[in-house]
This record gives sequence, C-alpha cells and structure tokens, in this order.
Amino acid sequence: MPALLGLTPFAFYVIIFLAVPTVIAVGSGFLDAKGDFTWSNLGGLAEPAIAGSFFGAFFLSAVTAVVGAIGGAALCFAMLRSRAGGVTRSLVDSASSVLAQFGGVMLAFAFIATIGAQGLVTVLLRTQFHINIYENGVWLYTVPGLILPYLYFQIPLMVITFMPALEGLKPQWLEANATLGGRRATYWLRVGIPVLMPSFLGSLLLLFANAFSSYATAAALVGQANNIVSLQIRQALISETVLGRANLAGAMSLGMLVVMIVVMLGYSALVSRTARWQR
Amino acid sequence: MSRASGGETLRFGPGPVARSIIWTIFGLFFLIPLFSMLEFTLRTAKPGVYNFDRWALVFSGTTTRYDRVYQGLGNSLVLALVTVAIVLLVLLPTMVLVELRFRRLRRLLEVICLLPIMIPAIVMVVGLAPTYAVVTQIFGSGSWTLAFAYGITVLPYAYRAIQSNIAAIDVVTLSEAGRSLGAGWLSVLMRILVPNLGRGILAASVLSVAVVLGEFTIASLLSRVNLQTSLLLISQSDPFVAVIFALLALLFAFFLLFAVDRLVAVGRRRTAKG
Repeated sequence: MPALLGLTPFAFYVIIFLAVPTVIAVGSGFLDAKGDFTWSNLGGLAEPAIAGSFFGAFFLSAVTAVVGAIGGAALCFAMLRSRAGGVTRSLVDSASSVLAQFGGVMLAFAFIATIGAQGLVTVLLRTQFHINIYENGVWLYTVPGLILPYLYFQIPLMVITFMPALEGLKPQWLEANATLGGRRATYWLRVGIPVLMPSFLGSLLLLFANAFSSYATAAALVGQANNIVSLQIRQALISETVLGRANLAGAMSLGMLVVMIVVMLGYSALVSRTARWQR
Repeated sequence: MSRASGGETLRFGPGPVARSIIWTIFGLFFLIPLFSMLEFTLRTAKPGVYNFDRWALVFSGTTTRYDRVYQGLGNSLVLALVTVAIVLLVLLPTMVLVELRFRRLRRLLEVICLLPIMIPAIVMVVGLAPTYAVVTQIFGSGSWTLAFAYGITVLPYAYRAIQSNIAAIDVVTLSEAGRSLGAGWLSVLMRILVPNLGRGILAASVLSVAVVLGEFTIASLLSRVNLQTSLLLISQSDPFVAVIFALLALLFAFFLLFAVDRLVAVGRRRTAKG
C-alpha cells in the first residue's frame, strides 16, 4: 500500500531519535564496563549519595507540585472573570508559557539577582530591616533553596494545564444549584470541587513529573553538589573515566523512568476521568 | 460554549477583594525577580548609583567580548529553524496522513508524540551521546545536528497545537471535496489543508522556537554551544551581561508568544477546548 510509505519518514525519525536513545539509556544500566550483562549497577542505586539524590528530587518535586498546584489554581480562579480570548488572558497565557518552558539558566540568574548573597531582596532586607536571610549560611544552592525558583516555573505550568478544566465548569450548574436553593458554598462543596478534583490532581501529578525531570535550573544554580538525581546523572556522565560510572547513569535513568511512568499512568487515569465533564 | 457576558447575574470567580489579593501576591512573586534582574544590570561600583552603561555597550556592537553569546544565539536560531522544518516536513504530513487514511493509528500517534514528556531530557542525554557518535559520522559535527534531538523534545507541544486545529476543521470532507474537483494529493495538502491548519501550524512553530531557544540540558551535556550554554559560560566571567541577554531573550519569547496568541484569539471564535 503506497500510502503506508508516507508514514516511514516519521517512523524512522522516531525510532532513531526517541526509541534507540531511550533503549540505550536504560539498557546501559544493565551492562558492566566490559559490555557484559550485570545487575550490579542497580545495586549502585542504593548507595547513600544516590538514594539521597532520589529522595532530594522526590522532596523537591512533591513540595513544589503541591504548593505550585494550589498557587496556580488560585491564580486560575482569580482569572475566571477575565474573558477567554481577551487581552488579559493572552498576557497571562504567554507569560505562563514562557516561564513554564523557557526557564532553566535564566531562572537561576533571576533568583541569584533576587535572593543571592548580593541579591536585591537580600540586600534590602539586610540594610533596611536588619534581617539577614543567610544568617545560617547561604541556602539558595541547597535543595530547600531550589523551592522558590522551581515554583517560578511550576505555578505557570499549573495555570496552563488547569485553566481549561476550570473554564469547563458550566454556568448552568451554578444556576441549577441556585434554583435548588443551594448557596455559593454549597455549589463549590457539592459540585465545583468534586468535578474539578480529578483534573486538579492530574495537573498536580504533571507538576511533580515536571519538577522531577527538570535539570537546567538546578544545574545552573547548584555548582558542584549533586543533591537531586538529575545532577547525580550529570556527575556520572561527566566522570566517564571512572570505571562503571557511565553505566550507573543508565541505572539512574531507569530509576527516573520508573518514577515518571508511574506518575504519568496516574495522570492519564485522572485525565480520562476528567474528560467526561469537558464535553 | 460561550459564557453569556453582561446581563447575567450568576457568575463564577472571586469577588474584587479576593481577586486583588491574589493578583498582588502573584504579581509580586513573578515581578520582583524580573525587576531584580534589571536592577542587577544597572548596578555600578558604587552602591545605590545606577546607569545604563552595560546596556549601551551591548547594543553598541563595538566590543568582541560577547562574540560567544552571539555565536550561541546564532546556533540556537539555526537550531530553531531546522527544528521547525522537522515539525513541518516530518510531523505535519504524518498527522494529516493518519487523519485521512489511517484513522486507527491516531491513538498510537498521540501516544508516541506525548511520550517525550515522560522521558526526562537528562535521561535522553544518556542515550543520545552514543547516538550522536553515529550522527556526527554521517552529518558532520555542525551544531545544527542537535535539531534532530530537539525535534523529539518539541514533539508533544507541536502535536497538541496542530491536533487541536485538525480537530476543529473537517479534514476528511475538505480533502474529499478537493479530490472530487480533480486536485491531486499534493495540491490538497498544500492548497487546502495547510491554509486551513495555519493557526495550528503557527502555534506549533512558535512553541517549538521558544522551547529550542530555552533548551539547555541536551546542549550542555553533549558539549554544544547554544544560547543557554553560552549564557551560563559568560555568566562566570561577566554576570551582568549574561543577565542582560537573559532578560532580552525572555522578553523576545514573551512577545513572540503574545503576538501569536492574539493572532489566534482574534482569528477564531472561541470554542470549547477539548
């Protein structure tokens, strides 16, 4: 069938640049330095430094997903009365897209300029209010210090993913609620929140996955420490001269992928639950 | 679905007080870092004294100190172009073909296109390093070859932008109408479908450009020079200039997306998004 030939360029492209790299990444976790099969790299995941980096990434992703989801939902809520397709909405949408997808290195700069050791807010607090936020040492470059920069891209991502769900609430439901004698609180408690819950949780999972897989911001902010797993992979990749470390990167990749797959399966289950309200 | 505007008493959303509180908090959270970046670039040796000298120097073009950033920017622009070409020449025809002839494969195509969201860039790098050892042998080591990897990175964004446009028009009827009037497949694609998918194609291209200009992970670990890696490099010797370029890049991406968003919003009667 000649039409089937039309699909081959895309198929080739995806196989070579998506399937093959993924298989190599995961597969190398099962090879030793000589290229023979081994389980030993997986054992490496239990090393304190590496297990700790998984924990660090988990903690950072969980905190920024929960705070980002609540914050982003509040922002969506505040935008409900702005007209869809209006200028305000376009401004917020484009700003959200830029911040959610364009961050990385530049985000690191922004937070160094704000709350770095000589940052505007740091200096202002120190000179005007005599508050030294770094009294116990500079924490911007540690895992808790990454929370604020991460929220700077998590909240916009929440706005992008959650806004369509919030707009899916039909005015008729509010009318029906009023006709039946319900108050506004009744509406949110009995209709709004139950309907929105699956897509809220779905977006929250997406935020978690987003933070868990992110690398650039942390790499630009955190110099040498490897406190989250993506930085730990960098470390293993760079020190290729140390025997077996490169394959440890493969094992960590597998670990990351397992986390991502579990999270995204949960996400797609929640999204399919949401779909029936959005018709 | 349209929410009736005016004349409707029952409405969603918070009252004016709650709304201004929310806007103020988030406005401060998002604007203070940007303002701090600006303040940082205007600093002089004396605290509290500001000037625009560094901005003037960047725009004067009289120094070669920033050549590395311009090289990174140039590479990133080429990468953006090639990536958009991959989206338009490889992804778009496939999506149209699947929509017209292989509707059973639609679900599979969607899964493939959304897969890259699930695979962290840092994981891709682990597998891309050996892949690129081969790519370099075939295509040379030009920086544009990185676009092959970026085409995968932008797949989810480009797919969604184009797919929402495909869902909004009746591709099958349009192409059958064209065919029955004697048009060949190529002219159906170029003269009927592409113009009708203009908004989706535009949105997909702009999103791809934004993602490519912001990409750091893959370029950094494959030791390529692009905008972000060169910014990080120059920030170690001249942090002020790095921040100036970062601000400019952010503004550029913002206005690009905003302009397209306005174009799309004005161009269509808003329908419920699926």
